[in-house]
Amino acid sequence: MAFLRPSLPPGERFGALAEFPTPAALYQACERVRDAGYTRWDAHAPFPVHGLDRAMGLRASRLPWISLVMALGGAATGMGLQGWVSTVAYPLVISGKPFFSWPAFVPVTFELAVLGGAAGAVFGMLALNQLPTLFHPLFGSARFERATDDGFFISVESWDPKFDADQTVELLRRLGATHVELVAS
Amino acid sequence: MTDHSQPAHHAPAAALPGVLKASALWLPLEHPWRRLPAIGLVVAAAGLGGGLAFGLASPASRPQLWHSWLVGALFVLSIALGGLFFVLVQHATQAGWSVVVRRIAENAMATLPFLALMFLPLVLWGMGDLFHWSHADTVAADPLLTHKQPYLNVPFFVIRTCLYFAIWSALALWFGRQSRLQDETGDHELTRRMRRASAPGLVLFALTVTFASFDWLMSLSPHWYSTIFGVYFFSGSMVAIFAFLALAALALRRAGLLVELISSEHMHDLGKLLFAFVAFWAYIGFSQFFLIWYSNLPEETIFFAMRLNGSWRAASILLALGHFIVPFFFLLPRTIKRNPTALALAAGWLLLMHLLDLHWLVMPNLHPDGLSPSLLDGTTLIGSVGVFLAAFGWSLQRQALVPLRDPRLPESLLFENP
Repeated sequence: MAFLRPSLPPGERFGALAEFPTPAALYQACERVRDAGYTRWDAHAPFPVHGLDRAMGLRASRLPWISLVMALGGAATGMGLQGWVSTVAYPLVISGKPFFSWPAFVPVTFELAVLGGAAGAVFGMLALNQLPTLFHPLFGSARFERATDDGFFISVESWDPKFDADQTVELLRRLGATHVELVAS
Repeated sequence: MTDHSQPAHHAPAAALPGVLKASALWLPLEHPWRRLPAIGLVVAAAGLGGGLAFGLASPASRPQLWHSWLVGALFVLSIALGGLFFVLVQHATQAGWSVVVRRIAENAMATLPFLALMFLPLVLWGMGDLFHWSHADTVAADPLLTHKQPYLNVPFFVIRTCLYFAIWSALALWFGRQSRLQDETGDHELTRRMRRASAPGLVLFALTVTFASFDWLMSLSPHWYSTIFGVYFFSGSMVAIFAFLALAALALRRAGLLVELISSEHMHDLGKLLFAFVAFWAYIGFSQFFLIWYSNLPEETIFFAMRLNGSWRAASILLALGHFIVPFFFLLPRTIKRNPTALALAAGWLLLMHLLDLHWLVMPNLHPDGLSPSLLDGTTLIGSVGVFLAAFGWSLQRQALVPLRDPRLPESLLFENP
């Protein structure tokens, strides 16, 4: 079920998981993994590590665009709906003002823009992260539980074009990993 | 009560990041910015002196002189008040990120006692031309003004203005002094003392700014009233201070000062706050317009009737576009706020728009038929900016460029946006 498991390519092996002792070691290892040309990999830490997105070479998120489009869509819906109702569907003279009295529509337009922007940010974030996902192959590693406590991890996925079980494990070891393991799918 | 928020509490001064030892933390002795007070004074004397000479030459131009003078004085006053508010809020919220730019705001608020001098000529000679409620015969013939007389009368007005400037100057001097004292002693108790004083300071600030804007702007048309007016003036002042802080920080960096201290992270945050207050200004401005437009009561609509007719209509539309729509979308992307040129462009433009906003508030009372720019607008504005820059430059060189031993300085230096 897509809701329970992430959509990942088929295969026996998920990839390699390496544990690092400190955020600094994780940061430096990320820079080297990035420079080694890996593309399908991730870093895991119990708290946000400043600048890790740069160290990982991540592109800017598409989330702001989703939020912007949703906000503009909410604004257009608010203004459009009120304008259409007031001029076409059910025109009423209210306190002697014109049918299309746009200032009267601004509060709802503003609120729908905020609603759209906020909903776009929250649900866009969930969608881009493929959340909610109740299971992930990395949960097969007992050590990985410490990713929410005091563990700093890099996981390299086996379908990365550069992935090679021996060489990737060797690279992670050389970068200062205290423990490297291969994780099953 | 112990304070757990200061991990650097017991760190000796030597533990400060090395970047502080390598940088110029004071305005260097031969630095061109040292001439700022002298240049400012010359500009002030030329602008204000020229304004007075032109304006007082004939009785017909006197109303123009004092209205222009008021716009110029309010323009620099709003920046200084914004600086005071910024400092108060940073202490009240125990902000860490802002320590490297806080001294710029402290220098801006240090101009407040000097800006009081700008209001002296207005009080002494300009009242009659600015406020028609100050004429006894007008009040006697006008039931509304007679009703408002217990508040709107010259002696009480002067007392209130003195009180506002006394409170603002006292706050600015006290907070400036504590911060300077900490540069010398490194005493963390000063940080706690400023935090404790900041909350009552904010209450005083809110009350005085509200009533000052009622007195100096709203009473220009004394029949009209708007309870949100104080917030409107405040929102414009906040746009002004964040535009000024961004420009000043970028200018300092361009002049080779604080280059290693003020990073694009700090500029990004100033840009975010500038953006936020652009939206806040529009929110408050529209709220004021919306309620007046909806209820459509003549004694309230007169304000917008004046400003939506003739060429004032163009100014109103320019404000809506130039003070909100365009800067809102321009400042929206992250890259713009982190780009020095783009941020400076937005900040400079918004300072201009803030000036137009004040002009738009004051001038329709003098020129109800339409925009009527005057030479005196220019001279008094230049003079006001001269006074501000002279006082700002003087404050800039008498103390370090950052709060040297603020316990949150290391946190500020390491600040990164998430």
